Amino acid sequence: MAKEIERAGIPAVHICTIVPISRTVGANRIVPAIAIPHPLGNPAKSREEEKLLRRALVEKALHALETKIEEQTVF
Amino acid sequence: MVLELGQIPIKDIDWGRKTFLENNVLHINREELIEKARGDDSRIASVRADIAKPGESVRIIPVKDVIEPRVKVEGRGGMFPGLISGVETVGEGRTHVLRGCAVVTAGQIVGFQEGLIDMSGPGARYSFFSKLLNVVLSMDVKDGLSRHEHEEALRLAGLRAAVYLGEAGRSAKPDHLERFETRPSLKTKGSGSDLPGVVYLYMLLSQGLLHDTYLYGQDMKNVLPTLIMPTEVMDGAVVSGNCVSACDKNTTYHHQNNPVIHELFKRNGIDLRFLGTVVANCNVTLQDKLRSAEYAAKLVLLLGADGAVITKEGFGNPDADAMMYCAGLEGKGIRTVMITDEFAGVDGASQSLADTTPQADAVVSTGNANERITLPPMEKVIGDIRVVEKIAGGQSGSFSEEGITVELQTITGATNELGFELLSARGE
Amino acid sequence: MAEKMKAVLYLNQFFGQIGAEDKADTQPLIKTGPVGPGILFQELLGPEAEITATVVCGDNYFAEHMEEATETVLAIIRDCSPDLVLAGPAFNAGRYGIACGAVCAAVTSRLGIPAVTGMFPENPGVELYRKTVYIVETKGTTAGMRDAAGKMSRLALKLAKGESIGFPAEEGYLPRGLRRNYFARETGAARAITMLLRKLKGEPFLTEYPMPVFDRVAPLPPVERMNEVTLAFITSGGIVPRGNPDRIESSSASRYGKYDISALQQLTAESHETAHGGYDPTYANEDPNRVLPLDVVRDLEREGKIGRLHPYYYATVGNGTSVARAGQFAREIAQDLKSSGVQAVIITST
Repeated sequence: MAKEIERAGIPAVHICTIVPISRTVGANRIVPAIAIPHPLGNPAKSREEEKLLRRALVEKALHALETKIEEQTVF
Repeated sequence: MVLELGQIPIKDIDWGRKTFLENNVLHINREELIEKARGDDSRIASVRADIAKPGESVRIIPVKDVIEPRVKVEGRGGMFPGLISGVETVGEGRTHVLRGCAVVTAGQIVGFQEGLIDMSGPGARYSFFSKLLNVVLSMDVKDGLSRHEHEEALRLAGLRAAVYLGEAGRSAKPDHLERFETRPSLKTKGSGSDLPGVVYLYMLLSQGLLHDTYLYGQDMKNVLPTLIMPTEVMDGAVVSGNCVSACDKNTTYHHQNNPVIHELFKRNGIDLRFLGTVVANCNVTLQDKLRSAEYAAKLVLLLGADGAVITKEGFGNPDADAMMYCAGLEGKGIRTVMITDEFAGVDGASQSLADTTPQADAVVSTGNANERITLPPMEKVIGDIRVVEKIAGGQSGSFSEEGITVELQTITGATNELGFELLSARGE
Repeated sequence: MAEKMKAVLYLNQFFGQIGAEDKADTQPLIKTGPVGPGILFQELLGPEAEITATVVCGDNYFAEHMEEATETVLAIIRDCSPDLVLAGPAFNAGRYGIACGAVCAAVTSRLGIPAVTGMFPENPGVELYRKTVYIVETKGTTAGMRDAAGKMSRLALKLAKGESIGFPAEEGYLPRGLRRNYFARETGAARAITMLLRKLKGEPFLTEYPMPVFDRVAPLPPVERMNEVTLAFITSGGIVPRGNPDRIESSSASRYGKYDISALQQLTAESHETAHGGYDPTYANEDPNRVLPLDVVRDLEREGKIGRLHPYYYATVGNGTSVARAGQFAREIAQDLKSSGVQAVIITST
């Protein structure tokens, strides 16, 4: 989906666990997530810690959007 | 190390006052079957038992697992080690198989991915299970149980039922005996044989509720790739805990009758040397996937493989694992063949797999699971037909008077990725 | 005696005998009966069908006004009420091939009338239309006209009569890149081992699924002023409002949802759930922010790190949903986002 959004001219970043699939299908900006059932969370941690983790991932995603790249990049 | 499988063909099943086998007819005491299935598991609220025979106008829905009744007659351990029996190593001695019948667990839906089996009509062609004499256990659990508990209760009940029925075959004389011998692979080095050495890389899904698999009762999530004797699966060492999507769920029956293992045994010494079987999991984090792929490729290499057969379960992220195993092995000079189904869209126009690798140049396809089929109404439904709209491959509106229009995805075992069925797909 | 079927032929300005390149901007017009190669087609169709009209359009006009030209041509064809439509053959002519493909695609999908065209495999029209249109394989030049017309006529008659169509090699059309199921004689397991042994011995073998090559989109320039940007969420993790009001399927989703989050500061187990059937839903249902991080993005919005969050998010289920369908959803969503002024997107998947 990221590829189609970009084809329309809107920069997109893909936060996902199975990075190889995202690469194969063609997303350009990829941020690895934590796990399939909870990509932006970790039930083993406390709610506060989880939220910090989540924020770090989202900030990384924003950083990816702000970074100039020449080819597919995993951040 | 030898396992003899004694095949006892079951020609018919019916309810009777006692459970016993005579003249290839399995008579079953219904009350006792239900009692044994229930065991002392207080989570189970009710159990209903039905018989569904091939050719009948019967639909079973939702299907959770299918299990073949077998009994360990000689040798260490018992059926379904680690879950029903103790944890001694199985796979040797003698096991009797009640061939032609199965226990099917049904009842309240646990999750989206359960399936259906039609005993006649167009849908019957797509599932091997429509040709079996099925003892269907519809089980409901107490209110308030978590889904994990629900799944576990049903899984164990189904295994107990299969063990109970298998007992009836203990003293019977099998029609024929199949002999499977496993020789320690590392000893055969330098045997001078120039037949290619083949290893089976057996991926087991391990992704959480309704997506798990058990090896000797151990949840595969936490098990590093390891070796098994191929005959261990014949005694139930690998049990399904999952309903990943009915068409490519490897039911316990599929594991017990693993067709790749049977084919490799059949051709062992004729045009190949069957060097061994590596089981490997399929977890939900990238690191776990990479770790298992690396570790498994190493084991395959240590076994001295020239080539490997890779099978999987499910679709989507497991495609990534399959590609990692493939690329890892090919990178070590071990040639591979992979068996997978496809999700090419209802029109067959989409990309079939979620991930690819150029090294996967030998692929066997077990069919496009998105292809639609209209299944006519059946006279009898064991279960609840309305769930067809919820199960994977069905959609709202798929239920009408003409029958149900669903994707092959809903039929249990239709695109099995161990290569059990005849279905395939080609480009046009 | 069965009535003759009616056929309409689409041609460009050259084959339609209007003129050469100088007449390539001819707007769509209709001529009665068969024209140009139509005479040959009529002979090959035989007594079963009659070409009642020929629609002609200049290649340049079509290429430069694709939408209008398609509409006009479609309307003309509709008025003829044909049972089948033939277009071209375009051989290796690119603009002509694209026009033939577009006409046939519109005729089949919008009028439900079978249509067949013919092209040389390298014609750009092939890549664009092979999946939706029957394109008969032709030679590169008009030397192949009789052969092409023969295959096109045979195939068109079969389609019009509702007969089942065989595989490409049998019927003469270009492989459409579609996957079709069939029952093999041996199990997958047996076929796999046979294939592996051939591969190990260096013997030729045929894979049952050739690995596809995915196209690429050049990366877009980075976002400049994130603190002024409108950001939107899309998720394939299936996060939907509690109760799944749009009934997005747990697998092989046929739709996506657009949901209002303008009043929410975060997602909760009471407000949202996951419809995705391909993973253990426990964690996502407990706290949907684990799949759609609304809580964190609201914080960032409040702190001025992003301009604003778009009031809607889009959700579908990525489980078994084909890549093409997901792409289609994304294209539609992208149009919506563009018209709403969204400048950046975060997509979350499992």
